[in-house]
Amino acid sequence: MKPILDVQRIGKRYNIAHQSGNYLSMRERIGQLFAHGKTTNEEFWALENVSFSVMPGESIGIIGRNGAGKSTLLKILSKITPPTTGKIISRGRIASLLEVGTGFHTELSGRENIFFNGSLLGMKHAEIKAKFDEIVDFSGVEKFLDTPLKHYSSGMQLRLAFAVAAFLEPEILIIDEVLAVGDAEFQKKCMGKMEDVSKSGRTILFVSHNLNAVEKLCHRGILLDRGTIKEISSTQHVLQQYQKLIGVNSSEHFTRLNSVKEPLFFNKISLRLLGTQPLLKLELSIELISNQNHNSAFIAFDVSDSSFNTFMQAIPNYSPFISDSKNSKKLIAEIELPPLVPGKYYVSAWIGPHNTITFDYLPEVVSFEVLNSPTPNRTFPHTPDHGMIVPNSRIMEIGVSELE
Amino acid sequence: MKPEPVLYEINATQNRLLNFGELWRYRELFYFFTWRDIKVKYKQTVLGFLWAILQPLLMMLIFTFFFSRTLNIQHLTIPYPVFVFSGLILWNFFSSALTNASNSMVNNAPIIKKIYFPRLIIPVSSILGAFFDFIMAFILFFFILLYYQVSPELSAILLWPLALLVTAVASLGLGSWLSALNVKYRDFRYVIPFLVQILFFVTPIIYPASLIEQEWIRYIVALSPMYAAIEFFRIPLSTTSANTLMLTLSLSSSIIFLFVGLIYFRRTEDFFADLA
Repeated sequence: MKPILDVQRIGKRYNIAHQSGNYLSMRERIGQLFAHGKTTNEEFWALENVSFSVMPGESIGIIGRNGAGKSTLLKILSKITPPTTGKIISRGRIASLLEVGTGFHTELSGRENIFFNGSLLGMKHAEIKAKFDEIVDFSGVEKFLDTPLKHYSSGMQLRLAFAVAAFLEPEILIIDEVLAVGDAEFQKKCMGKMEDVSKSGRTILFVSHNLNAVEKLCHRGILLDRGTIKEISSTQHVLQQYQKLIGVNSSEHFTRLNSVKEPLFFNKISLRLLGTQPLLKLELSIELISNQNHNSAFIAFDVSDSSFNTFMQAIPNYSPFISDSKNSKKLIAEIELPPLVPGKYYVSAWIGPHNTITFDYLPEVVSFEVLNSPTPNRTFPHTPDHGMIVPNSRIMEIGVSELE
Repeated sequence: MKPEPVLYEINATQNRLLNFGELWRYRELFYFFTWRDIKVKYKQTVLGFLWAILQPLLMMLIFTFFFSRTLNIQHLTIPYPVFVFSGLILWNFFSSALTNASNSMVNNAPIIKKIYFPRLIIPVSSILGAFFDFIMAFILFFFILLYYQVSPELSAILLWPLALLVTAVASLGLGSWLSALNVKYRDFRYVIPFLVQILFFVTPIIYPASLIEQEWIRYIVALSPMYAAIEFFRIPLSTTSANTLMLTLSLSSSIIFLFVGLIYFRRTEDFFADLA
């Protein structure tokens, strides 16, 4: 059997000459004419020498850190931008979903948007008509079909957008991070739909930060790092490699190396894990630096598991308590941990004056590892399928009666 | 029966010619983009489609009121309002088609960055959208002809569609060129309204070409792609004959613009997503 998608030595070069903006102005261009080629053209290879092939019916997960070249690869595969070198041979119709609701117009009604968006995604008018009822049903916005989209809640817009995309039937489907949005229930629905799609024999290329989703959906994985392929093998193995790659950058100590413009930011964070299971405690020593006058701020910490799924948040003080003072400030935050399953955990730190305004946010900035089980008399291992927290529980017998 | 597998290559080397087969496969998108533009344009307006009629009507009244006397027009064989309206409906088609097409790529940048389809669909659909307004205004034009009791000659059956075709060609050529330039250099956002304004006064729309006394200026005026379109449109209405050389000049100018525009568009199209 021939591969449905054959990617051969793909490379993509960008010239980053104009830092001021991503489009040129005539003045700059005219200026260049007189500068006799003095412009400093910096070359940047977003992708280099990327080759792989995909067999029909395979689902492949593409993972990597931000800036690893995942989006560029998807853009090339979707024909949005041409590669600088190499070629791709495709033996099927490709539909790409780099965003949900592309082309949604707020002035148009839900019905009108279904038709426009569906057609953009490559569906024929007759095809959309035939699937219209199913799409509406899946989205759950029947009542608002003839209401302009601007009156929809963001959740409703999202559901409608995914519903249209879910009924695409190409041979090759390219999906970028669409599951990163929406509430938990909706995400579950999306995942279910995507599993159906993958089981129906279609080829899927899936990029996501949600490692659980990648693990569930994909047979094989590709790990990209700095524009090149680090690893192509089973999803399990690639995910482990990815965690290793990330793990290097996360430890118990964080010190900021670059300068920032934010009025208030984290300069240093050190983590210590204190106590014994099941009464573990995190001690975070924080150094804050303030550049300029700012509104009083407060701090929040997210704790996520090794797949970067955040499962809890600690906010030590809900009223903005860090007042305006232009210097550094040292704090210690204590977080009492619930009984956690053994494994690696990450802490993300946030600071801001209001829940909608962020001064500084450091995702997965420090990590810690829980070694022992919170329940010492447990003989079988913990699996992430059953969550990260083992709540205290007890059983009580309230009576015995004999069966008739 | 299994459908024929679609086999294609994505390459670094680009195709410089228009891919008509692909445009045909994506034909439904022309309709959807046009339909969206028209829908969005008249959403939340009380008068809706009436605006397409009101605009040229008001312009006609203004020009009739201010210019019919001051311009000292005597050579006309038809009433000035009919004359001016016949020019204005075509001009409005051209100017809105050109303006919309020129801004269309930038306005649709979010879509261009996320989904592939032949990019030419976008400026072409803007022109089709403007054509819809033209049809509205054209209906009004019939009533104006009735009111002033002007009956067009039979040649209108041929010449009016020809005039429309020339307008479409002129706006597609200039529009696709400007839309591609606009993606690269946003300066064109400011150039376009200015250009349209100049062309409006340079092209004999509110005055007859015969009003220009120096012959060489007439030939410069004939370089405007819209000159031929408006002349073709007016021939069945009046007895004055058109200048063949000037018509040829104007037609050549629109054809050159069409080729330059489409070639430039094709050459830059692949990189719109990186620049937009």
